[in-house]
Amino acid sequence: MSAPVTTAVDEARAATALRRKDLLGIADLAPDEIALVLDTAEAMKEVGERPIKKVPALRGKTVVNLFFEPSTRTRTSFEIAEKRLSADTLNIAVASSSVVKGETLADTALNLEAMHPDTIVLRHSSSGACHLLSRICRSAIINAGDGMHEHPTQALLDAFTIRERKKRLAGLKVAIVGDLLHSRVLRSNIHLLTKMGSDVWVCGPPTLIPADIARFGVRATSRIDEAVADADVIMLLRVQLERMEGAFFPSLREYFNVFGMTEARLRLAHPDVIIMHPGPMNRGVEIASEVADGPYSVILEQVANGVAVRMAVLYLLSGGAGDEAAA
Amino acid sequence: MPVVMDADRIGRTLTRIAHEIVERNRGMDDVALVGVRTRGDHLARRLGRILRDITGRDVPTGVLDITLYRDDLMRHAVGPQPLVRRTDIPFSIDDRRILLVDDVLYTGRTTRAALDALIDFGRPRAIQLIVLVDRGHRELPIKADYVGKNLPTAPDESVQVYLQESDGHDEVVLQASVEQGGGA
Repeated sequence: MSAPVTTAVDEARAATALRRKDLLGIADLAPDEIALVLDTAEAMKEVGERPIKKVPALRGKTVVNLFFEPSTRTRTSFEIAEKRLSADTLNIAVASSSVVKGETLADTALNLEAMHPDTIVLRHSSSGACHLLSRICRSAIINAGDGMHEHPTQALLDAFTIRERKKRLAGLKVAIVGDLLHSRVLRSNIHLLTKMGSDVWVCGPPTLIPADIARFGVRATSRIDEAVADADVIMLLRVQLERMEGAFFPSLREYFNVFGMTEARLRLAHPDVIIMHPGPMNRGVEIASEVADGPYSVILEQVANGVAVRMAVLYLLSGGAGDEAAA
Repeated sequence: MPVVMDADRIGRTLTRIAHEIVERNRGMDDVALVGVRTRGDHLARRLGRILRDITGRDVPTGVLDITLYRDDLMRHAVGPQPLVRRTDIPFSIDDRRILLVDDVLYTGRTTRAALDALIDFGRPRAIQLIVLVDRGHRELPIKADYVGKNLPTAPDESVQVYLQESDGHDEVVLQASVEQGGGA
């Protein structure tokens, strides 16, 4: 029996369904829907621990993984999740698609739709790409990362990992350190953690802190010691060199000296702190190898939990929008 | 709302079933209980305690959630999916005699789903089915090995099992309405 966990939602008003057709972002979700995904993911995690890691729940359903940006972790994680639920899966990577021949996103989506998939998992470099598909497609759309906007399943798997370790989300101090400006993981995590009652601190070079970030109910600082002090969770974000056109900081070495997570900095945090990273890691830039491979790191647990959380989302959306009157 | 079993009756019935289990499974070495969530789980744990009192040894007990194996899961085009809860079988079922426990046997579809789920965990030597109430109206060729009470019902009636662990009291009630399914 798994250990009891508490969430900000009491049993009486717990959601029994997601009140939507698509998962476009965490911003749209109510706290009870977030709790439903996390609870369902606990059941899904057990499926992955069986000798036969497959259940017939999505038999006969077709899921298209449409990836316009390179991704190893997220795409394989979705694909394993789909296969464990017995869905038929189809992977379309941009390099081999008609997109290189000039087809628009909407046309690609409509052509796929004509083949009646049930779910489309979309990764795209433009913020809002999933919202566009949501309006023109009947299939359920799952956002697997859109530009600098949201990456909802990453935030859900982060929350699942935190809840599994800490047995709660409310009241925890979570410090998110790194490239705040370009990070969709940050945006989804801020929405999720503030909805669930965590105390969220964000930290990075002043040039990489979005101007209005305090509006989202978080505390921003460029002093890492302040962010990390007594933190229950430290989440590091990748320095996204491919998205940086300007000079946001002098050098990677200087970034590591000022913001890199080292064992010395770790001592300022709560003794039971956990270290998280959505991957892929730049060792020696945002995180020292001793920390990434150290006893506080739950980075590989995050990867394992990603499959369970994506199974939960695929399952919950496969019945269509439920309980719409209550939305 | 006629009460067909009260708390005493349920208690005595479970004790009788436990004795039947011991009689049929001499040795009890390779026996394990698996309850179908939610009320089958409570009943399996109660049977486990009674069997310990009778035989002086613990019977491994697990819980099975059959939701992901339901045959009606993808039948409805639009609608909320049923809640999935954790399956927890903390032992190998290979070569064991599995005592599958549910509260009500009705169409047999839940049992079919439970059998499919169990087979995904291994190859038990045998599976025996225990139900508190058999209300008839089978739609699949499934039969219980141990029955607490055979209860003739009309199709539009429903059988509600209330147990202390989830409902605060022990009672089996036959209801005339069709609004709630009595465990498929």
